[in-house]
Amino acid sequence: MAEREVTWGPRGSHTLIGKEVSRIDGVEKASGAAKYTNDMNQPGTLFARLLTCTHAKAKVTRLNVDKAKAIAGVHTVYLFKDIGENAECNYDGELVAAVAAETADIAEDGVRAIEVAYEVLPHVVDEQDLEAARAAKRLKYDDDGKEVPLVDRTVGDPDKAIADADVVHTGYYGIHTISHMCLEPHGAHCTWDESGDGPKLTARHSTQAVSTTGPQFASQFGLDASDVRVICNYIGGGFGSKFAADIWGWAAAQMSKDTGRPVRLMLDRATELKTPGTRPSGFANVTVAATKDGKITAWKSHHWGTNGPQGGTIDGNQMPYVFDPPNKHVVSQGIATDCGPNRAWRAPNHPQLCAITDTALTDLAAKLNMSPVDLYKANLDQLDDTAKENSKLYAAELDRAAELMEWEKKWHAHGKGGNGPVKRGLGVALHRWGGQSVKCSSEVRIFADGGAQASIGSQDLGTGTRTVIAMVLAETCGLPLEKVKARLGSNEYVYGNPSGGSITVGSVTGATRRAALEATGILFDKVAEKYKVDAKTLSLGDEAVWSDKKKVCSWKDACRLIGPEPITATGPSPVADGLTSKLVGGVQMADVSVDTETGVIRINRMVAVQDCGLVINEKTAKSQVYGGLIMGIAYATNEERIMDNNSGRYINADMETYKLPRIGDIGELIVEFYQPDSEYNRGVVGLGEPPVISTGAAIANAVANATGVRVPVLPMTPKRVLDALAQA
Amino acid sequence: MRDQDHPVGSHSGFNRRDFLKGSGAAVAATAIATGEAEAQAKTKANVVPARAVDIKLKINGKNETLKLEPRTTLLDALRNWLNLTGCKEVCDTTNCGACTVQVNGKALYACSVLAIECEGKEIKTVEALRSGDKVDEVISGFVKHDAMQCGFCTPGFVVATRTLLDKNPKATRKEIDAGLGGNICRCGTYDGIAACAMEISKGGA
Repeated sequence: MAEREVTWGPRGSHTLIGKEVSRIDGVEKASGAAKYTNDMNQPGTLFARLLTCTHAKAKVTRLNVDKAKAIAGVHTVYLFKDIGENAECNYDGELVAAVAAETADIAEDGVRAIEVAYEVLPHVVDEQDLEAARAAKRLKYDDDGKEVPLVDRTVGDPDKAIADADVVHTGYYGIHTISHMCLEPHGAHCTWDESGDGPKLTARHSTQAVSTTGPQFASQFGLDASDVRVICNYIGGGFGSKFAADIWGWAAAQMSKDTGRPVRLMLDRATELKTPGTRPSGFANVTVAATKDGKITAWKSHHWGTNGPQGGTIDGNQMPYVFDPPNKHVVSQGIATDCGPNRAWRAPNHPQLCAITDTALTDLAAKLNMSPVDLYKANLDQLDDTAKENSKLYAAELDRAAELMEWEKKWHAHGKGGNGPVKRGLGVALHRWGGQSVKCSSEVRIFADGGAQASIGSQDLGTGTRTVIAMVLAETCGLPLEKVKARLGSNEYVYGNPSGGSITVGSVTGATRRAALEATGILFDKVAEKYKVDAKTLSLGDEAVWSDKKKVCSWKDACRLIGPEPITATGPSPVADGLTSKLVGGVQMADVSVDTETGVIRINRMVAVQDCGLVINEKTAKSQVYGGLIMGIAYATNEERIMDNNSGRYINADMETYKLPRIGDIGELIVEFYQPDSEYNRGVVGLGEPPVISTGAAIANAVANATGVRVPVLPMTPKRVLDALAQA
Repeated sequence: MRDQDHPVGSHSGFNRRDFLKGSGAAVAATAIATGEAEAQAKTKANVVPARAVDIKLKINGKNETLKLEPRTTLLDALRNWLNLTGCKEVCDTTNCGACTVQVNGKALYACSVLAIECEGKEIKTVEALRSGDKVDEVISGFVKHDAMQCGFCTPGFVVATRTLLDKNPKATRKEIDAGLGGNICRCGTYDGIAACAMEISKGGA
């Protein structure tokens, strides 16, 4: 077989890769034709509604569903909880029962007809008050009942370094819990059908893991993995929270099995916010010391927070973030709260670590009378093990971001943001991420009529997965984009990785490149034999096969040599072979105005300079960065879960009071990829998560620069801004 | 401590939709009295509940007669009975705009009205903005500017943008921000949406 070299080819040699290409399913999405799980409605589909616990901690003492079952149109009631062994509810919003009925309204009637009573137990939902958590015994304890931290790590001699330092800054910082707020809630449309020889269970499932949730459905029902088909052509947001079959998915399957009807069970909006995951909080006392030149010599921090009942918080082993001074002492403590559990949220731990580290460093810079950009540059020789390879990259990205922000022109000392009530200021922060592609396959087929397709059991979270697969296949075959097919969204295709960790674009494009190179290599053998040319000289482009620069035959003529059995090649995803690699940096800057009379923060301009190796599709890649910035503006300014200490309930679990930015709230966003040849040569590195990491810290730092006052806890709601100003 | 709960779902106490549906029942009283209240019939998708009445809707230029309970929202009618799923159910409490449709030329959250209230009105959904390969310039503009990621809010934004530009073909960025401020995107696609609307309106020029 003619072996084609496994590379992306020289930079600049492509017709598609690296260009701004519109997503191939864009019209489907924008015109409403794309069908999501929540749109599934087969003949006979029953609609489910949920009864959820209305207490933070309680035991179900009575649960009578007879009246619900008696309602005309109600077909079945599924119990997640029951009196007796499984009676305990551990947070507001925990699922108790589901009712499936002919219509959603009748299902809701059924939920209302359920008689439920609880024994209400004492609760703790305060994630910020460490002393209260200590009094309530909600921390971690050893076997002797002694309080122990989750992390207690010392490097060097931080106390001595602090005593010897030219400048020492001490501050309090924090960031509250937020929800994923997927616009399409979690859920599944399940069809149980034991007739025929097809799969017994078809789960149309809103999932980030098409290839791996099937076995989770199967084991629950004693089926083989081959009995379960999972389909997800479109998913309305996941952000790290949709990897599992989940108990509600199992409930939909069970109710379908019980009724012989398809069942659609999607979480309602309030439950979507409360139940399927949150991003953990963290609050920290920080001491950071430096020489007068801004070299950080010591870091001490003690942070706490919650990730729900498990009693975790943000990862203490990664504190401080990116920068790694020679002396440090880090302590972390988790509070076990009666709040909903956590799940991975876009770049788990990183936005919170950044919001604590980079804020403290900006305050240190202010104390040194330095620009934080200069402070960062003074410390690029002491980065943590993950980030240290990126030291030169950060320097270049800081310079480029400063240019795009007009930093030099706009920069002023802290608190010099103007004389009027509206103050203006600048902030900066930076981040790192891994993004190494993982195991994933792609099956490429080339047919005798010239058709070419790639199929993968993958999913498109909105990053444009379908489009990058099609681009790589078309590029490799020398075809226009519209002449190839990219198929995903079913576990009947070859294995695709779950989409988490910013690994999908590298994994699917690497696998597709390999498969397409192999398939076209087989095609080259056939062309070489027929046209008496050396297969090694062949290449593809402009819908034709070329030998050196002479056209041998058209793509269609070449494919006619294939015969009835299509050429089929399956490419495994490469790891560190030049097609993909790992580790990205990224710098963000914010220019904000703060109204000191109302406490309202306005974004004037955000700049993001991001590297991610070789960019496959510049258009959809840019969208990821825009999206990161906007999600960052959200959690920096208004977005938070609000727990009521008295009732223990999540009191803003709706889209009116869970505040997200609207189109007029984002300011001017400038996005640029840092992509010199050295980046191209690294191959594809993941991008999805990094752009959301440093946005919060950059905005917080800009607010501090504008007003001269640190608003210590994110989100910086008008009340927190006014409180901080009042206390200053 | 024992607590006898009012058996409600995740909503508690007063509920906007109960109110909406309550007023709907009153609106529908005449229809119930004269309609085939006990009718049981099968549509292509679902069994019609006992309290259903005939509701006549004009959707995308086509007359449809549905047998629905009077409390059925326009959103449920479109999505679950007519399979017009371009309008999405997201908040179901008139906050997010994902279910935006046009009723008599005005943008309306389909979750905010009952289907029965829309009798005699012209309803237009996002599906009307595409006919095969022919798509409205707002749809092609959204694709060009990549004004979508997961795509779940996108059709609602498309209808809101189309309606805004119908009403104000020379909308400025400020007017676009105000006109589209009733819609929420979680993935963060506002920049592309604004660029698309600005391009079509020529930035108010």
